[in-house]
Formats: sequence, structure tokens, C-alpha cells
Amino acid sequence: MTAEEIYKSLSAKFGEAIVESKLDAPQPFLVLDPKRMKEVSLFLRDDEALQFDFCSCVSGVDYNNGKLGAIYHLASMVHKHKIVLKAFCTRENPHIQSVATVWGGADWHEREAYDLLGIIFDEHPDLRRILLPYDWEGYPLRKDYKVPEFYNGMKVPY
Amino acid sequence: MTETRTLPTRYVTHPGELKTSSGRSLRTDEMIINMGPQHPSTHGVLRLEVVLDGEIVVDVIPHIGYLHRCFEKHAEHMTNYQQVIPYCDRMDYLSSMNNDWAYALAVERMMKIEVPPRVETIRVIMAELQRIASHLIAVGTYGIDMGAFTPFLWAFRDRERILDLFEMTCGARLLYNYIWIGGLSHDLPPGFVDKAKAFCTYFKPNIKELNDLLSYNEIFVKRTANVGVLPADVGINYGVSGPTLRGSGVNWDLRRDDPYGIYDKFEWEVQVGKGERGTLGDCWDRYIVRVREMEESVRIIEQALAVLPEGNVQAAIPKRIRPDSAEIYVRTETARGELGFYVVSDGTASPYRLKARAPAFVNLSVLPEISRGCMLADLVAIVGSVDIVLGEVDR
Repeated sequence: MTAEEIYKSLSAKFGEAIVESKLDAPQPFLVLDPKRMKEVSLFLRDDEALQFDFCSCVSGVDYNNGKLGAIYHLASMVHKHKIVLKAFCTRENPHIQSVATVWGGADWHEREAYDLLGIIFDEHPDLRRILLPYDWEGYPLRKDYKVPEFYNGMKVPY
Repeated sequence: MTETRTLPTRYVTHPGELKTSSGRSLRTDEMIINMGPQHPSTHGVLRLEVVLDGEIVVDVIPHIGYLHRCFEKHAEHMTNYQQVIPYCDRMDYLSSMNNDWAYALAVERMMKIEVPPRVETIRVIMAELQRIASHLIAVGTYGIDMGAFTPFLWAFRDRERILDLFEMTCGARLLYNYIWIGGLSHDLPPGFVDKAKAFCTYFKPNIKELNDLLSYNEIFVKRTANVGVLPADVGINYGVSGPTLRGSGVNWDLRRDDPYGIYDKFEWEVQVGKGERGTLGDCWDRYIVRVREMEESVRIIEQALAVLPEGNVQAAIPKRIRPDSAEIYVRTETARGELGFYVVSDGTASPYRLKARAPAFVNLSVLPEISRGCMLADLVAIVGSVDIVLGEVDR
């Protein structure tokens, strides 16, 4: 399926949950409502014509204008088509609905995005820090991150 | 100055209620054992929090991050795109060539750079040599996990020959910085082609030797067949890729299914597990896929060496690499599976955001799913068969 057809079948079913679309980009993407990620994802995974069974990658991005984003790269092993989903939230209220129960592969990626960018994935089964120590403060990949002077009372040497 | 804080308690230990770090309550006859981070069978610094009921594994919670070197943060602070490549080397340090290629490919596709045919061919040769070297370690150390020491030494003996080839090409044996954006750092040295051909001739009988010694060894088969079965649908849902997924019978290889480089010009086959010695998708299937992939890699190398064209090894690229404001996700097949780079550019000379989708990171996340209900000793077999490299898991 082309990105256009994927967009049509999604917007027919979900309407306003598809906030924006850019289908002429080299890698076409759809922007989704962060509160309705799961239902759209379930449809993407289970619909016969779509069958996006493989969640390649979830990347968190800080756009440095108060906006954070989670970018989902999906692929279908059956139909060999691809699509990119995006969901945006603000730094003040960084909530996006988790799809970890839809694709098991999204689980650790979402934990990583939480760990490094502080995006809180609602309804995630086990949202803990994954790469950094569990008592780390702050989210290093945010653009306004300052390297802390102390870690647990120990001076960081530079 | 901040005050010294007391460390939070890891386990909540109210009488009668012990919890794992994922919040699971323990029954009275269960206990928690930590395997790693200094355990040899975890192939690096990985800690597995294992919930045991006697010898039976009830749950596994992997704890990673001991080797986190802030790859993505570093990449954002480089002064140009080229400087990221040495860091890519250090992600999956057993298949550095493949990592470099994936990153270079992402930037090249972003800037629409066409690389000369000689570069494409050399890249394929290097990537496949690297794949053999990496699989040799996977197979050799897996032998050690199962108590067979000799195959490990034999694998390292053969890998040494590949490292010699890399050393004569770029001077480094492990971290090459060889594949650059738009080309390569050097051309091949004189005599490389002959030596590489000699290696292929030398190596082919050794695979048979390895099969006789380890693959079809009764003790080895008993330890690995029917253990840690990964059903194909679970693997796909978890985003597992590479030999780990192909071991479950899924015919999926990005070299063929999402083509890059010039793999389509060569004749080779995607190897999948068939459940020959036990259930489809067990540890033995994942192991044998790697052995057979080495044979396929030799085939590709031989064909590539035969058609190696003359020419330039650096495409005409701008001196300062500044992609327009854009984003791209490029995935390639490394020895462990789908290595993807998501690059966001804002028009400056360094990536605005670079995310590495490491195959071992994702493959490891399926571990709890396939090890529940197995024996503790089999957990070693399962971890080994997934073939993780912690440098890549933690980045």
C-alpha cells in the first residue's frame, strides 16, 4: 500500500485522531493524537490490508521549542510497506499513550525515550529508567539539559 | 553543594512481601538471584534479575546500561557528521564495519550521494568478512557457554585471519573507521584480493570441521535443542531481527527485503531455521543459522572479489557535510539484525538528533518472554543464543 492509501484507510476510520499528514516527504509520516495512539496502532497491526506487524524503532526527539515528539517507524513484513507515526507533546505535560502492549518491541524503546527525554508513556506496563541509573535526575537528551555538578553527593569531575 | 542522599532501596522488603524491580510480588517459595553483571555467560556487563522457584525460572528482568557511553548525546555535540563514525565503531565492537556502513548510508541517502561502484563492492566485501568474524565469536563463545572449549579456540584462529585482512587495509584490528560518508578512508592495499581469496579457500573446510566438532555434537544438541523456543509471531511482535528471528523460520533479511548496497547482484540465500533437531525456533536453530550464514557470506565475498571494479574510492562530496533540514530512518542488516539510524538534521554541520536502533537491544528485550519456565542452567544457553553485544545494547 502507498502512504496515501494508508492515510485514507486510517482517516476514514479515525478521523480526527490523525492530526496531520505529510505524504510527499521522502519517508511519509502521519501525526497522531497522543491520547489515541493505542487504538490507531491496534488497527494498523491487525487490519488485513495494513498488517504493520513490525515496530522497527521508537525515537524521542526534543524540538527545542517546548515540544517533544515520539517517532514510530513501522514496517509490515507481509506487505513490505512502511509508515512513520509521530506523536507530539509539550515539555510541561509530556504524556503520550504507550503502544508497548501492541508491539512488544516498543516496550524498551519507550522506556529509553522516557529515560533520556522524559516522555511519559501512559499505560506503559513497566515504565522505569533503562540506560541510566534509577536515581538519575533529569533527562540528558533534552536540549535544555545541564550536566549536574553532583551525583549522589559525589562531584562529577568535569 | 548538594547534600549526600541515601540511596533508595532496591527491593521493598516488608515482611511477607518482596517485590522485584518491575513491581512483581514474590510468593514465599520464590527467590531472586542476580546473574551478572560480572558473570562470564552474560557476554559482558548485563545483570539478569532472575526470579526462581527452585531450579525453574519464573521471571527474568534484564538490567542494562552498565556500558552506557552516551552515544546519542555525543553525536549531537560533534562538529561534523564525519566525526560520528568512530563512535559507531564502538557500539557493536564485533561488527564495526557494518555499523559504519549503516551510518554512512543514512547520511548518504539524506544528501543523495551516489558512491562509486568500487566503493559499493569493497563495502560488501568488508561487511561480509565482518559478519563472518562476528558469527565466529558468537558460535565460539556459545560453545564455551555449553562447556566446549576447543571450538572457541578454532573460531578465534579463523577470525584472526580476517582481522589480519582488516589490519592490512586500514591499520586497525577492531575499530576501523574505514567506511566514510561518500566512500572509504583508503583504497585496498596491494595483495588484498589474493589474500582474501586465499582466506575463502582456507575457511570453507573449517566450517565443515566446526559442524563435526560442535554443531552436530550430541552433547551440544542435547543442551540447545528444544530450549528457549521463540515462536515466529512473538519474535516479530517484539521486533527481533537477524539470525535470532531467522532461527524461528522467518524468511526475512534486510539485505534482500530492504535492499541497500549491491547485494542484489550476487547469488546467495537467506538461511532460516527449520527445527531439524528439535522445535522450530529453539537455541540450536538460532545457532545453526549463524553457521550457515557464514557459508553464504563466503559465497558473496568470492563473487564480489571476482567483479571488483577499478576506480575511485571517494565520491565527490561537499567539504562540509550539511544536509538540508530533513529526517531519515535507514536500516541495514548487521551480524545481529536490523541496525537502524534515525537522523534528524537541522541544516547545521552536526546531527540534531541521532538515534541508533541497535539490534541486540531489541533482541534482548524478548529474553524474559522466551526464558520463563526454563531451568536456570538453560538460561545461559538462551542468553548465548540471542548473541548480544552489550556495547550495542547500552550504546
